[in-house]
Amino acid sequence: MTQATYNGVLNLAAGAFLLAAVLIVWRRELRSIVTLLAWQGIALAAIPLTEGIYQHDAALIIVGVVVLLLRAVALPLLLLRAVGTEPHERRESKPLVNTTTSLLITAGLTVLAYAVTRPIIALDPSPATRAVPAAFAVILIAVFVMVSRRRALSQAVGFMMLDNGIAATAFLITAGVPLIVELGASLDVMFAVLVLGLLTGHMRRTFGGTDLDQLRELRG
Amino acid sequence: MSFLLLVPIAAPLAAAALALVLGWRRLTSSVTVLAALSILVSAAILGFNRGTGVRFGILNLFRVDALSITMLIVIGAVGTLATVASIGYIDAELAHGHTDRKGANLYGVLVPVFLAAMASAVLANNIGVMWVAIEATTVATAFLVGHRRTRAALEATWKYVVICSVGIALAFLGTVLLYFASLHAGATSGDALNIDVLLAHASRLDPAVTRLAAGLLLLGYGAKAGLVPFHTWLADAHSQAPAPVSALMSGVLLSVAFYALLRVKSVVDLAVGTGFLRIGLILVGLLTLLIAASLLLVQTDFKRMLAYSSMENMGLVAVAAAAGTKLAIAALLLHVLAHGIAKTLVFLGSGQLQAAHDSTQISDVTGVLARSRMIGVTFLVGLAILLGLPPFAMFASELSISRALADAGLGWVLGAALLLVVLAFAALVRNGSRMLLGPPDAGSPAIAVPRSVAIALVTGVILSLVLGLTVGPLLELFQTAATLLGGTR
Repeated sequence: MTQATYNGVLNLAAGAFLLAAVLIVWRRELRSIVTLLAWQGIALAAIPLTEGIYQHDAALIIVGVVVLLLRAVALPLLLLRAVGTEPHERRESKPLVNTTTSLLITAGLTVLAYAVTRPIIALDPSPATRAVPAAFAVILIAVFVMVSRRRALSQAVGFMMLDNGIAATAFLITAGVPLIVELGASLDVMFAVLVLGLLTGHMRRTFGGTDLDQLRELRG
Repeated sequence: MSFLLLVPIAAPLAAAALALVLGWRRLTSSVTVLAALSILVSAAILGFNRGTGVRFGILNLFRVDALSITMLIVIGAVGTLATVASIGYIDAELAHGHTDRKGANLYGVLVPVFLAAMASAVLANNIGVMWVAIEATTVATAFLVGHRRTRAALEATWKYVVICSVGIALAFLGTVLLYFASLHAGATSGDALNIDVLLAHASRLDPAVTRLAAGLLLLGYGAKAGLVPFHTWLADAHSQAPAPVSALMSGVLLSVAFYALLRVKSVVDLAVGTGFLRIGLILVGLLTLLIAASLLLVQTDFKRMLAYSSMENMGLVAVAAAAGTKLAIAALLLHVLAHGIAKTLVFLGSGQLQAAHDSTQISDVTGVLARSRMIGVTFLVGLAILLGLPPFAMFASELSISRALADAGLGWVLGAALLLVVLAFAALVRNGSRMLLGPPDAGSPAIAVPRSVAIALVTGVILSLVLGLTVGPLLELFQTAATLLGGTR
């Protein structure tokens, strides 16, 4: 792989990664949001795969394959199952912030991401590091999704997006954390999503839905 | 000797495996108690038999020094008391139909897994592995919080998992940035996250990236430690969890998360100076104290009251860490240990009160001292410790923290913190006396105290008294830990 192809693929992956996040903000249908999350997982896995092929690093390629299986296949499937069969679960209920404002906020967060990541790029101005603002933007957008959506599942989606953003940052700036940390972190994320999935099931049975506005019993 | 390093992790995991196979029964719960006790015993052997130098085990993956031994003692002591009390607590829950066989079995597996995760967190040499262990505590405790499966319990679990996972994810981002800085400071990729390597390369870490990392780590681990701004899960989770688990979460888990902050603080201080995290810790510490004190004043639920008291103490610990002197850190560690045992006493007592009244409202509970000497006296002792009254250890620790703050030139912080602590003190005294003293209401139910809970309570009171009268050999341990963390004066 030549330097030019490497740069091109890397930038394409980072761009697709950010685009998926913006589309998730735009869409309201839970099923299509989960599909977009799977696409984001593919873009994420492309980063270590590209770097692995470019640097002839077998370990990175293996990590890339694991990421692909976990974040583009396993976790989205898990979420899809949790979306369930009930029709009222298909759509996000009335959003707290309307779509236009949401997209404007997303744009603002992306600019903020460029500002925040300046010290990182200054320390190591490589092509991969230059793509870090996209990953940081996804992290900020994910936090925004988590605070502005009402369905429990939307929060789970936001959490996974947050995690994708952090994983992308790790791959871009350091070609991945040590293997043992990467494996442990992936395992933890999987368990956390599993727990969230099980909880939405319990909640649907107890509350008759997963609208977080119903969580009003504990306060003060 | 390196196998001794693994006992605190392997023993509870073995107990969990046994519970997974055999389910909740007297044998498995007793083995869990032994596993918790083995954490305490191995900490004692590691601490007093082999000096207090730093030792590594298994490919430098694990690390033992005075600080990790101190934390192991806290985990072991509170873990033993809580697992002993669990026996009677879960049996009573089963008898009253608050949980079923399946729930009890799950409890039997998750509690030792929780203990193992906390032990791994304080023994890890790699701060990435430390992060994995701390996140594992969230996963292990999620279904413990939701043990009763009521609406309130589910709500608490959801908030707990979502808020803590987001917080801890930020800590992971901070860890990644620290790894990046460490690589550029010349560390090799395999061990760039090891505490000893980070400390050795600290002076060459890029200051701007390290500051970004430190901010994220403070927010992230602060979330698990119950500090502002991600503190909103704490009162819900601690009030909904079964009493022995509340004791573990309030008494140990919060301080294990704070331990992670202390570890990264020692690196960050060397890289960018002590000023950066000092300001951050003062800010979150005082805000946490403020929120805890104001919510304590209006609290009507006794389990939530105890949860906010934990927040108040973590705020105080954060302020002490900001001072960062040797005296402050040693006092902080004593504070953490004394607080852990005291919280065990009051949470175990509150569990029995909740079982008797089927309510956690302060107004529903009257005249406890007259109705049950065991619960009344031990709850009173626990409150006295939390209030910082002599002869108990938190009197000494709070006094030392105050002096350390004054010495460090943080007089205004001391003033603000003291004011808030006094407010919390008043709230605890008012609510505590309303519950404990005076004649009981007519028709108050009898308070049952299972034998194992009574054993745990009496042991806890004895431990607190001993700790209050003499810190003994622990003093040297605390001071060595404080020196390790860069406390000079």
